[in-house]
Amino acid sequence: MTNSEQGKTYLGVPVYRPKTAFFELSSCEGCQLQLLNNESSLLAFLSLVDVVNFREAMTERSDAFEIAFVEGSVTRSDEVERLKKIREKAKILVAFGSCACFGGVNQLKNRFSREWTKKEVYGEHAVETEFARPLEDVVSVDLKIFGCPVKKEEVEKIIINIATGKSVIYPKYPVCMECKANENICLFDIGEPCLGPITRAGCDSWCPNSRFGCWGCRGPADDANVEQLKVIMKKHGFSEETLLDRLECFGGFSDFAKEIRETIS
Amino acid sequence: MKITANISIHHLARVEGHGNIRIRIENGKLQEAKWEIVETPRFFEALLVGKKWENAPWICGRICGICSIGHTLASIRAIENAFGIVPSVQTQRLRLLLKHMETLQSHVLHLYFLSAPDFLGAGSVFPLIQSAPEVVHRAARLKQLANDICDCVGGRRLHPTRTVVGGFTMLPGRKELETFRNRLRETTGDLLATAELFQTFRIPDFVRETEFVSLKGEAEYPFIGGDLASTDGAHKKEHEYREMTNEYMVEQSTSKWSRLSRRSFAVGALARLNNNFAFLQPEAKETGEMFGLKPVNHNPFMNNIAQLVECVHVVHESLLLINELLASEQEEPRQEVTPKGGTGVGAVEVPRGILYHCYEFDDGGRILKCDCVIPTSQNHANIQHDLEELAGRCAEAGRTDREIELLAQMLVRAYDPCISCSVH
Repeated sequence: MTNSEQGKTYLGVPVYRPKTAFFELSSCEGCQLQLLNNESSLLAFLSLVDVVNFREAMTERSDAFEIAFVEGSVTRSDEVERLKKIREKAKILVAFGSCACFGGVNQLKNRFSREWTKKEVYGEHAVETEFARPLEDVVSVDLKIFGCPVKKEEVEKIIINIATGKSVIYPKYPVCMECKANENICLFDIGEPCLGPITRAGCDSWCPNSRFGCWGCRGPADDANVEQLKVIMKKHGFSEETLLDRLECFGGFSDFAKEIRETIS
Repeated sequence: MKITANISIHHLARVEGHGNIRIRIENGKLQEAKWEIVETPRFFEALLVGKKWENAPWICGRICGICSIGHTLASIRAIENAFGIVPSVQTQRLRLLLKHMETLQSHVLHLYFLSAPDFLGAGSVFPLIQSAPEVVHRAARLKQLANDICDCVGGRRLHPTRTVVGGFTMLPGRKELETFRNRLRETTGDLLATAELFQTFRIPDFVRETEFVSLKGEAEYPFIGGDLASTDGAHKKEHEYREMTNEYMVEQSTSKWSRLSRRSFAVGALARLNNNFAFLQPEAKETGEMFGLKPVNHNPFMNNIAQLVECVHVVHESLLLINELLASEQEEPRQEVTPKGGTGVGAVEVPRGILYHCYEFDDGGRILKCDCVIPTSQNHANIQHDLEELAGRCAEAGRTDREIELLAQMLVRAYDPCISCSVH
């Protein structure tokens, strides 16, 4: 604990207050904004970490950081270089949000050729782009925080664990468990498709709580039974296209989506 | 004094997304002033092709982390216009309330976290936690109220969950609305204190005449749908939006640019106010008067003040909306949706200006073509021309490098650009 500050504690435990930096590649920057968005705990959160780089909020910049939160997916060669440099400097590199973990909605363009995609949006004007990739396709990643967007409470819990030297454990069970515990009406019973039975929990069934079916932004739970979900979807009259739309939306289920896409076409 | 300056700002801070500023002055003459957009494109207009209609609002909300509600509502409106769905009065009121609270949270974020540090001589809001805690706490209170209402009405403050084509998946409870009405009433003190804080700031005195584009109000200050208007007299229907935006490509930007009657135009709070001042709530007009803000104002730095005026407007209009909602019987939250072939356009005033979504559907409701025109992309050309003018005047006046650098950054920030959104 070389840089722990005298007197800084969290619930009586001395905290480490790591130097922390935030970066973004191809993204909406919404996950970083989530951190500014929980006003009631923002100031307490800022006392936990020493923010040294957060371009969206501050002018000062520093390369001396231990934890790097990287939002977004990799879609251009300059991003590959930026990410490698961040990796060299960071002790802990965190893939921050679904774009960084799986490619996010950006990877939906990988369904098409790069040439077609560029032409559809820019015509003949020259623009550089690659297929959208998650961070771990380019560098090693130490920790993933899932979600589109990330849930502030989960981010805080993870940072508290890092700052107090605890390990980070993800739920193994699916969103469906949290949804049941929240005593929500099952979305299938009101005619809505839902990936809750196969998606990793941790969001406290955020979307189903608003009677909006899960789109799987957090990727698969351990031992996700996709075959059984196919049966459930079919029983409730949903097409394979509807299932595919959800499975491929954020990239976490890309292997399963690829399989279904091949059977449909 | 003939000055020589070479200013290069890579990835400008305290704006959303990635842009660079370059200014070169030699012997008192401006050689170059450039606003460059280096953001990576994400190709939303291509990745939606082939997808069914219900994907569009959910995916397009992800264009932007600040105005995801605005994108979701523009997308929904485009789809409803294509399918011939007219939202119920209840849905219209709830959508406008949600829109207002996004405007409030985004304007407060910009005014306090992104813009104010320049006027207070700080690099960010973080040192102000120690030096001016009451300012930071007030900003947090305002933002939290707006976000709490967004959570309740839209399901979530970022990437909303309850907003769907045809209405809402769930409605807010009466008790919740009553609580928010009380909290909104209490917030007027914080808005007044915000205005008093901004009165202590020296807004740069810089005027360059330009054209302002926004929705055209009929009886109200407009936010969702309607005709399009400009201060140069252009007037178009919503579905004719391409005649207002005229997008084109330039070398210095991965975002498209726009023009209308002149070589550039501006959108955003100042544009809305310049076109629709008469429809502001009385309290908002009074706030404008505190700063001598009257249409047509051509100082881009006054966009900050126009945002402040809009904060007052949306709080007072939200109180009226909640009263109307509480005075009416609750209806079904959602209508049936029957997809059909055709094209639909949705124009929505989001915090940074007018936003358009347009989709062409096949008979099964699958997307054949998608087009999104973003407020910041419409502003880029105007920012460029302002920057040239500002740098030229600084060169003539013999300003120091540091003064020019700060003024140039403040100019770009005044537009509250959302760069990743503009490239999408």
